Amino acid sequence: MRRALTEPPLVRGALLAVALVFLAIFLVMPLVAVFAQALEKGFGAYLTALREPDAWAAIRLTLLTAAITVPLNLVFGLAASWAIAKFEFPGKGTLLTLIDLPFAVSPVISGMIFVLLFGRQGLLGPFLGAHDVKVIFAFPGIVLATVFVTFPFVARELIPVMQALGNEEEEAARVLGAGGWQIFFRVTLPNVKWGVLYGVILCNARAMGEFGAVSVVSGHIRGLTNTIPLHVEILYNEYNFQAAFAVASLLAFLALVTLVVKSLIEWRARSVASREEHVREAA
Amino acid sequence: MTSATSRRRVLPGFGLTLGFTLLYLSLIVLVPLSTLALRTASMGWGSFWATVTSPRVLASYRLTFAASLGAAALNGVFGLVVAWVLARHRFPGRKIVDALVDLPFALPTAVAGIALTSLYSPNGWLGRPLEALGLKVAFTPLGIVVALTFIGLPFVVRTLQPVIEDLDVEVEEAAASLGAGRRQTFAHVILPALFPAWLTGFALAFARALGEYGSVVFIAGNMPMRTEITSLLIITKLEQYDYAGATAIAVVMLVASFLLLGAINRRQSWASRRGATA
Repeated sequence: MRRALTEPPLVRGALLAVALVFLAIFLVMPLVAVFAQALEKGFGAYLTALREPDAWAAIRLTLLTAAITVPLNLVFGLAASWAIAKFEFPGKGTLLTLIDLPFAVSPVISGMIFVLLFGRQGLLGPFLGAHDVKVIFAFPGIVLATVFVTFPFVARELIPVMQALGNEEEEAARVLGAGGWQIFFRVTLPNVKWGVLYGVILCNARAMGEFGAVSVVSGHIRGLTNTIPLHVEILYNEYNFQAAFAVASLLAFLALVTLVVKSLIEWRARSVASREEHVREAA
Repeated sequence: MTSATSRRRVLPGFGLTLGFTLLYLSLIVLVPLSTLALRTASMGWGSFWATVTSPRVLASYRLTFAASLGAAALNGVFGLVVAWVLARHRFPGRKIVDALVDLPFALPTAVAGIALTSLYSPNGWLGRPLEALGLKVAFTPLGIVVALTFIGLPFVVRTLQPVIEDLDVEVEEAAASLGAGRRQTFAHVILPALFPAWLTGFALAFARALGEYGSVVFIAGNMPMRTEITSLLIITKLEQYDYAGATAIAVVMLVASFLLLGAINRRQSWASRRGATA
C-alpha cells in the first residue's frame, strides 16, 4: 500500500539525480562561469575592469534608467490595482489583457516600436528633427523601451493580492471618516506592502538587465548610451572576455540578490498562510 | 449592479486611478504598438508578402521555430522531472534548488548569453568534452537550442509545480488500492491530470523562445541562412533603415506569439470555468 504511493527508492534516486544534473548543467554552471571568468586574472584585474570610465558610465546610466522606470511603473501598478481590485466596471477583462500585452511582445519588437515612432524615419521623426529633440539613440529612448518592457510587473503582482484582500477594511475606514489618501496609505498599502516589494524587485531586475529592447534604441555609443548589458556586449565582442565577465558579474550578483529577496517574500507569505490556516482550524 | 454602484460611492478614487491607468497604458503601450499596424497598412500586401517570404527570412523563421520547439520539448521532459522532484521529494538543499529555478527570470539575457557561449565554445568547460565526442554546440543551431532551454525552463517548472502539489493523493491511493502499480498510477492517473498544465508550460516556454534575443545572439554564430534567428534579422533590417522590412518580419512573429498566448488563455479560462462549476 505504502509502496504503491511513492516511486521505488531506485526510481526516486534516479529522478532526483536527473533533476539535479540537469539543473547543474543548465543553471549552476553558467552562473559559476560568470564569476570564474570575471576573477580569472585575479581580484586586481577584476576591480580594474569595473573602475574603467566607460564601465562607470554604463553603471550610472543603468541606475538612472531604473530610478526613473521603477517609480513610474510602481505608481501605475498601484493606480491600476486600485481601480481594478476595488471597483466593478465593464471591460475589466480587456483592460487586464492589455496590461499584460508587453509580456507578449518580444524584446526586439518592444524596442522597434519606439524606433518606428521616434526614429529618424519614424512617424514623429521629422517633427523631432525640426525641434532638435533626440529620443532614439539617446537617453529618453532607453527609458521608454525599459518602461514598456517592465510595464506589467508591479500591476500584475498587486491586482490579485488586492482582489484577495477585498474591500471590507477600506470601507470600514471610510465609514469611520478616513479620506481617500488616508485609506490608501494607512490601510491598503500596509496590507499589500510585500506584494509591492515583490513587484518592485522583479521590475528593477528586468529594468537593469534588459538587453534586446534597449539594444535597438540605444545606438551603442560608448560612455554615453551604453547600459551595463550593452557594455558587456561591446567588451565581449572586442574579445575582452575578462572585463566583459567582470561587468556581467555585477548583473549576476543583482540576479542572485533578486532571487534571495523573492524567496524570502515567498517563504514569509507561505508561513503566514499556514499560520492563518492553523488559527482557522483552531477556531 | 446595485452593489457595484454603492461600492463606488463608498470608496473614492475610481475616476482618478482608472483615468491614470488608461492614459499611461495608452501612452506607453497602445500608441507605440499601433505604429506597427500603421506601418504594415502603409506597406501594401505585395511588398509585405515579398518580404516575409524571402529565402533569408524564411530560413530565420524555420530556425527560430525549430529551435524554440526543440528547447520547449527538452524543458517539457526535464522540467517535468524537476517540478516532480521539487513538489514530491524532500532532500537537503531543496529550498535553494527551488529558488534557483527562477534564475533565468532574474539573470539578464546578455549575461546568460556570454556565459553559455564560453561554456560551450570549443575550449569551454562543456564545449571541450562535447567536441571530443564530435558534438559542436556553440555557433551551431544546437547552441541556440541550449540558450532557449535555459530561458524557458522556469515556465515549465513553475506551471507544473503547484499542480503537482495540489494533486489529490486520495486518487492515487484509490488507484493503488484497486491494484494499480506505481507505474500504472503514474501513466493513467497522474500524467493525464498534469497534461493541461504541462501543455501550458510548454506553450509559454515556446512563445518566450520565439522572441528571445539576448541569450541567443552570442552563442548562435549569426550566419545568414544557417544560424540567424528572426529577432536578429529584425535588428539587421532596422540598422539598414529598412523600417518596412523590419515591421513585416516582426508582425508575423507577433501574430504567432499572440495566437499561441491567446490559445493558452482560452484554455485556462475554460478550465477555470469548468473548475468553478464542478
